[in-house]
Order: sequence, then C-alpha cells, then structure tokens
Amino acid sequence: MMSWIFTGMIALSIVFGVINGRMEQVSTAAIGECRKAIDLILQIGGSMCLWAGVMKIAESCHLTHKISRLFSPITCRIFKGLAPKGEAMGAITMNLAANLLGLGNAATPLGISAIQAMEKEERTHRTASNNMVLFVVLNTASLQLIPTTTAMLRLGAGSQAPMEILPAVWIASAVSVASGFCMAKLLEKVWRR
Amino acid sequence: MAQISNYIVPGILAFITLYGLLHEVPVFDAFVSGARSGIGVAFRILPSLVALTTGVGMLRASGALDVFSYALSPLAQLLSLPVEVIPLALLRPISGSSAMVIFQDLLADFGPGSYVGRVASTMMGSTETTFYTIAIYFGASKITNTRHVLPAALTADLVGFIMSAWVVRTLLP
Repeated sequence: MMSWIFTGMIALSIVFGVINGRMEQVSTAAIGECRKAIDLILQIGGSMCLWAGVMKIAESCHLTHKISRLFSPITCRIFKGLAPKGEAMGAITMNLAANLLGLGNAATPLGISAIQAMEKEERTHRTASNNMVLFVVLNTASLQLIPTTTAMLRLGAGSQAPMEILPAVWIASAVSVASGFCMAKLLEKVWRR
Repeated sequence: MAQISNYIVPGILAFITLYGLLHEVPVFDAFVSGARSGIGVAFRILPSLVALTTGVGMLRASGALDVFSYALSPLAQLLSLPVEVIPLALLRPISGSSAMVIFQDLLADFGPGSYVGRVASTMMGSTETTFYTIAIYFGASKITNTRHVLPAALTADLVGFIMSAWVVRTLLP
C-alpha cells in the first residue's frame, strides 16, 4: 500500500511538473524536502517523550487500570455476547482507556490482543464478528482526550493558542465515533459474510 | 471555552504526578523510563517521514495538489469544507505521516489561527489512520473477511471531516 502511494506521488509529480512547466521546483523539492522530516521530528519528539513519560507514571500507579474499570459498564453494553470478566472484554476496556489517554503505543498491542481474544471466544473462523467490527471502528475513529501531536504542530507553526481547538476536536470526534457506531450497527444486519 | 481548555493539560499533569506520588510510585523514574520509549517512537517514524515529506513536497511543487483540490472543489462545497483541506481529507485515512506533512504545510501557509488552520487541526485531532489501523488489527489475527469494517470506519471519517468544519464555524467564529 505505502509502496504504491510513495511511487505514485513521485510519478504524478513528474507528470504534473512537465504539464505545468514546474520541473525546476519539483527537482528542488526532491532534493530538499527531506529536511522537513527532521524538522517535524524535532517539533513533536519532545511532546512524544513527555506524554510517554506521563503515561508511564499513570501505568505504574495502576491509574490506567482504574480508568478502564470505570469503562466496563459501558463496554459490556456495547460488546454484547462477550464474557464481562473475560480476557477479550478486559483487553477491550484497556485499549479504549489507553486510546482516550492518548497512549497510542500502548493501545495498539492491547487492541491486537483484544481481537485475538475475541477470535478465540467467539470462534469466528476467518470472518469478523459484529463485536470485532465495532471494536475496530471505535479504534479507527480517534477517541483521544488531548491531541498532543496536533497541538505541538500548531505550537511549532507559531500558534498563540494551540489548545483552542480542544472543544471542537471533542465534539467532532464524538459525532464521528457515534456515526461510525451507528453505521456498523446498521450494516451488521445486511452484511453477513 | 478557551479558559477551560487552559486548565486541562496542566490539570492532567498535576493529577497524574500527585496520584503517583500518593501511591508511592517513583514518579520521576517512571517518567524517565516512559519518555525513553518515546524517543524510540519518534525515531522509528523518521524514515517514513523522509519518504513522505519528499513525495508530498514534490507533488506540491509540481502543482498536482492544486489541480486535485480544484477538481474536487464541487465536492468540498457540497460538504461545506474549505477546498484547501481536501488533500488532507484524502490522505488522512491512508497515511498518518503524509497527513502530518500536509497538515504542517497548511499551518505554515494559512496560520494556525485561521479558519483553514483550525479546521485542519480539528480534522487531525478527531480522526485516525483508518486503513493502517484496520490492517494492523486484522493482520494480527486470522480474519480474512472483514465484512463492513471499511464502510463503517470511512463513514466515521467523513462525518468527522464535515463536523470539523461545522464545529469550527460555530465555536470559533
């Protein structure tokens, strides 16, 4: 997938560069744009370390466990048919808690084990169950309390108020998650194997 | 609204460190070991960022992105999204790194406090790299038939984009 995107970008830029007579600019970009990658890392690297550190504290004092226990009444309602105290449900709540706290790196392995546990519990045989689909949809819609990377890039671009978008982000992601959820619920009746 | 958001990040930092201290966790050592793993993550994404800053930069320089945005401007109007964020909306579900590169360009061109800058920021904050997430989660299992995951997830993305523009227009005039 990424190979196609990368090659496609380069090929298209040559096509359009020739048509628009902008090969000089394309060539300059081909040589110099990679500097921006280092620039981006410098901008967001600090905040990545900061939040990874803060979340490690939250993990060491079992705060993440407590938060995920807070979620379990909700997740038990969403993911019907899974054992409330089972391995799958545990991994699901931990994953959603980690996502909410912006712990992307912790969320991914937890999500993978949640899917694997659901596979075992629901015995689905190569076909995704309704619960798996719901779970992945909730993960693809970003459930994040503080969009740290976005805020850092805004700060880097000279923003006086990098967090001013916070309420907007919450509302937009809440509606987005809700619509993904409804769509998954709607389609699960039509889309059987 | 702006006042409340000023308290959130300092509040979370204070709460977590205090909570850790009260539960007799070596707060500073835990922080340092976590932050060390953060460096690893930052450097792990560097190679793909190099590829995509080059690709996106070349596309921009060739004028291709302007042509795409122009071609898709009726769609943008239909969804009442600013035309400038169309490339971001197209790449966001596919590649996190290229979305980041385009996002940074938008911030540099229009400013983080502008309408375009705010809509782009809200889009970045409220959506995820959909295809990547699906690939990772189902790739790690034996599931080959993913059923309605993709249409449902892409609906969430589309609604997220439309909502981003709408919320910014309503909340941050």
